[in-house]
Amino acid sequence: MNPLQLCLLISCALFGIGLAGALCRSSAILVLLGIELMLNAANLNLIAFWRFGPAPACATGVVFVLFAIAVAAAEAAVGLALIIALHRHQRSIRLEEAVRLKG
Amino acid sequence: MILPLILIAAVTLAGAAVAMALRNLIHSALCLVLAWSGIAAFFLWAGAEFAAFAQALVYLGAISMVVLFAVLLTRQRTGPAREALRFPAGRSAAAVLVSGGVAGVMGWAVLGTALPAPPAAGVPVLTVRQLGTQLMGPHAAALLVVGLILTVALIGGVVIAATEAKNQDPP
Repeated sequence: MNPLQLCLLISCALFGIGLAGALCRSSAILVLLGIELMLNAANLNLIAFWRFGPAPACATGVVFVLFAIAVAAAEAAVGLALIIALHRHQRSIRLEEAVRLKG
Repeated sequence: MILPLILIAAVTLAGAAVAMALRNLIHSALCLVLAWSGIAAFFLWAGAEFAAFAQALVYLGAISMVVLFAVLLTRQRTGPAREALRFPAGRSAAAVLVSGGVAGVMGWAVLGTALPAPPAAGVPVLTVRQLGTQLMGPHAAALLVVGLILTVALIGGVVIAATEAKNQDPP
């Protein structure tokens, strides 16, 4: 099998695991971690295309991954701050109980 | 060349899957550390050393610690039984079906695409000097924007998570 295809399949599996975690868990922290896993799967794709692409000399894939990691760090910081604020307001981080804005 | 990739993928996927299935949030966070180190190992395998070190520093060093702090700060105080957050069977089955369908469609598309054969040049060498030239040359504007995003996000996180003394509940 083409190693690029193998890398892309691994990335698909990781994305699926992250999506399943983000959809089925009740804890807001685990939903955030599932989203982080999906971001990591995208990074895996970028590095695989850089590694097996036609022009690895121009480091576009690695630069893009660095930017994605920085944005993921910012996202995690804001998300965890939101989770702490949610816990302060309703004494729980279960997403089923966060229904104050429900119409 | 393929065997290390398969080992790394097995460790990463097993760590991620176990983390998403465990009930104890602290165990989940520690399993995710395993998955993130597997991803860093994949970056090393692919020859992107700087990205691997960035992944290790940001995910293993910073995000895992922040997640553990958030888990401990938001722990239920009514006993350890509340920490075992239940997940209902119907929603779990639907989530596994949907994510399996998405991953299956993506994998089918990957397998059905005629990808170009990889160049026979071996692992590409990318020095930090080249990377720095790329970052400060053609991507300098993006680098500045990312720095701005990080600053704004961290200040916003502090503002959101900070407590005001007059709003605090009496203990």
